[in-house]
Amino acid sequence: MRILIKDGHIIDASTGIDGIGDILIENWKIIEVRMQDKKSKKRASDITHSESDKTIDAKGLYVFPGFIDMHTHLREPGFEYKETIRTGTLAAVKGGFTTVCAMPNTNPVNDNSSVTDFIIRKAIQEGACTVYPIGTITKGQRGEELAEMGIMFNEGCVAFSDDGRPVMNSLIMRRALEYARSFNVPVISHCEDMSLSEGGVMNEGLLSITLGLRGIPTEAEEVMVARDIALAKLTGGRLHIAHVSTECSVRLIREAKGMGINVTAETCPHYFSITEDAVKGYNTNAKVNPPLRKQKDIDAIKQGLRDGTIDVIATDHAPHHRDEKLREFDQSPSGISGLETAFSLSLGLVHEGVLDMNQLAEKITVNPARILGIDKGMLRAGADADIVIVDTKRDFRVEPERFASKGKNTPFDGWVLRGMPVMTICKGRLYE
Amino acid sequence: MKLSSKDLLGIKELTKDEITLILDTASGFKDVLRRDIKKVPALRGKTAVNLFFEPSTRTRTSFELAEKRLSLDVLNLSVTTSSVVKGESLIDTALNVQALGADFMIIRHSSSGAPHLLSRNVHASVINAGDGVNEHPTQALLDAFTIKEKLGRIEGIRIAIVGDILHSRVAKSNIYLLTKFGAEVRLIGPPTLVPQELESLGVKVFNDMDSGLRNANVVMMLRIQMERQGKGFFPSTLEYFKYWGLTTDRLSLSGNDVIVMHPGPMNRGVEIASEIADSPRSVILEQVTNGLAVRMAVMYLLAGVRG
Repeated sequence: MRILIKDGHIIDASTGIDGIGDILIENWKIIEVRMQDKKSKKRASDITHSESDKTIDAKGLYVFPGFIDMHTHLREPGFEYKETIRTGTLAAVKGGFTTVCAMPNTNPVNDNSSVTDFIIRKAIQEGACTVYPIGTITKGQRGEELAEMGIMFNEGCVAFSDDGRPVMNSLIMRRALEYARSFNVPVISHCEDMSLSEGGVMNEGLLSITLGLRGIPTEAEEVMVARDIALAKLTGGRLHIAHVSTECSVRLIREAKGMGINVTAETCPHYFSITEDAVKGYNTNAKVNPPLRKQKDIDAIKQGLRDGTIDVIATDHAPHHRDEKLREFDQSPSGISGLETAFSLSLGLVHEGVLDMNQLAEKITVNPARILGIDKGMLRAGADADIVIVDTKRDFRVEPERFASKGKNTPFDGWVLRGMPVMTICKGRLYE
Repeated sequence: MKLSSKDLLGIKELTKDEITLILDTASGFKDVLRRDIKKVPALRGKTAVNLFFEPSTRTRTSFELAEKRLSLDVLNLSVTTSSVVKGESLIDTALNVQALGADFMIIRHSSSGAPHLLSRNVHASVINAGDGVNEHPTQALLDAFTIKEKLGRIEGIRIAIVGDILHSRVAKSNIYLLTKFGAEVRLIGPPTLVPQELESLGVKVFNDMDSGLRNANVVMMLRIQMERQGKGFFPSTLEYFKYWGLTTDRLSLSGNDVIVMHPGPMNRGVEIASEIADSPRSVILEQVTNGLAVRMAVMYLLAGVRG
């Protein structure tokens, strides 16, 4: 089976391709990318219809490598009522993602190779896109002793994280960063000082006081960012900081990069799209950890994305059941179902002029691929046919009830966003 | 004039006119309470359910008696006897109570915003009887009623609120109410319990009690919750009393006509010296009596909103 994608605006940040061209796919591989000459508007030779079984007219549309989400909660095994590998990956392809990384806080947690193996097999059988598991740093996510990183790496884990549960013991974190060097894998840190954030459910400040909700100061994140940067410096390990939400975190990471410390960072669309004000009225769909912050943090995060301090936009897709969110604010779980809005919200940064299309592509394709050491995120002959076609001008209304994800928990309900994926191709399989 | 909402969720949500309406109506009910026969048929045939998810004696009994004075049928649901311990959600509990025909749901809950969640999901009038560390609106209303009764006005008076402001829903509701009426509000306590950010609400924060008390017309003491000790908010109740306890000497710094208030229950010798609690300056028991009139007024007016 050959598919021809014709006349699309191809963006490939791995090669710097940015122009009109055609892509020919055979089965699950890209076999040819042919660009139009910018001056003559002619190709050396057109790929013709007769060479393909199906032709997709991408005129006026953008063509990207399939997006990579390095921070997804698929919830399986253990929390299938929230999401499954099937529904989570369907949500992914709807959102333009062809690769997602499954966070290990399942039940049982992914702290050993049999769980890793389960996730990989299940994803091959039922997954709509490629799934790479992330293993825990410590056994049982307890922060006490290292999990079998090497065996899990061998089984297919691409990174390690105790996501949701920071490794509070600095010595264990030091050992993790040191030990992970054996396999050249990143350690992903959920930066939160648990004693500073204890009992907190939203950003600390005047709003948390007036709502009567326990606050989490930005410093709960920042002291851990600072600690982990210090440990990365000490160990030379590869540190990746998850879901950056504060101004000072951005500054600390920028400074660390300037010092040549091996650190990368991600943020999520909600941290540059909405402030803590979304919590008003005790809106549990705006409850997320780290919590939504203030406008100055949004501004700093945008600046960090623009100057490269923040390498990646990840979703932190965290689906929950409706009943769990229909609760008292302090008793409902944290998290936003993000896969199906992430790209459109991120494209907003291009509409606003914060990023250009190539920079955006970097944050959701080549950069996560490079950090994870996976062969994805590019459009060239021989690469997997992971492609997303985007209509950057089409408006759509966010309607959670139409999400493919089981998690309808989004603070963007009813928002009208400009630009959306119209077709996703995962290893040659088409999703429209 | 009518109240604009079927619910009383907090002082934040009320206008100055609505508060005045409640206080004026309460004044009428206070007259009723002075009569020989203290019951009126105003809400006969209607049902009030007291949903108390947190232990409470004075607020619950005050609501219950206010309900009975209005001829409401009263149902008390406390957490230990309800199915909440069996894992039922708040909304399900409320819908069950509604199915029994509740017209009023008076809720006390340890989660801030629980009454708001309820109000979106039931037709009954929801009255917040204290939610987490958010608000306790009827307490602020009865405090305002008492201040007005004693000093004749709220505007321009200097009121010092002393203690654990951070964890006090009473203080929050009072701050919103008193600033709406143009009182000068001072908050006194250690920085761990009185965050500086509160000044954005139009109040002044004092860590030094003596300067905060100077020329005050009203001193409102808050209960120091014993469970705060050992959590790092202050080292000991002994030390707390030394710096932020109300003694006769300290009280002499305030105005001659000063009144002392306390929402109760008080810890004698921890935040307030016994001789003050029992002195003629103290209006603590009058607050309790006024609470009855204010709660009657609130239910009476909310019934008018629902028609």
